[in-house]
Amino acid sequence: MANVERPLSPHLQIYRPQLTSMMSISHRATGIALAAGTLLLVWWLVAAAAGADAYDTAQDWIGSWLGVLLLIGWSYALFYHLLNGIRHLVWDAGYGFELDVAYKSGWAVVGGSVALTLLAWLIGLIAY
Amino acid sequence: MSLRTPLARVRGLGSARDGTHHWWMQRLTAVALVPVALWLVGSVIALAGAPHHDFVRWAGHPFNATVLLILIFATFYHAKLGLQVVIEDYVHNEWVKLPVLVLISFAAIFLGIISSVAVLKMAFAG
Repeated sequence: MANVERPLSPHLQIYRPQLTSMMSISHRATGIALAAGTLLLVWWLVAAAAGADAYDTAQDWIGSWLGVLLLIGWSYALFYHLLNGIRHLVWDAGYGFELDVAYKSGWAVVGGSVALTLLAWLIGLIAY
Repeated sequence: MSLRTPLARVRGLGSARDGTHHWWMQRLTAVALVPVALWLVGSVIALAGAPHHDFVRWAGHPFNATVLLILIFATFYHAKLGLQVVIEDYVHNEWVKLPVLVLISFAAIFLGIISSVAVLKMAFAG
């Protein structure tokens, strides 16, 4: 019954992309990316528990250029989803819905997630 | 007096009356994940390049093992809830939606258990 093809009003073709809507879909996209990335986290943990050989294999792969690239992407997704998630929790408490506040907090999340990603990797490279 | 027709009741249509639980657990796991995710980032940075036995000793420490277990539980619960709404939003073919939702639940449970077992092994067996 739900599968009958019905015409839909144009939405993506009509609405101008705005910070609010773009950040909302990005929150969903980063969430999905993080979920996919947990597979790597699980592999890493299981490899560590399995033994030194398995662990070294996992470390080597994570240290490869592809692994590092994915890790950078995953860490950015983490910081974005984390900061925007806090923004969501603030909304859940009932605050921050005014348009100017929503835009300010939005830009803060965008800037903050980039900053945290850079900071984390900088510290990580220095510590390594 | 219910406004649902007998047919609707039999078909199981209408509200599942369970949405609040989903919403609340999503927020609860989110709140738990804020400090725990930051802790994970800090720990991974601190452990960068560490040899195997150092990592196992770190993971086996009661505090780290405990936070890791909390991280695992909260992450897979939060991810499962999140992916559930994504599927429900975009997939409307019942025959595809249902198996995919079940698969996501099973995957979350499996991944949660296997990573927890890995942590426990490092905590108790080194």
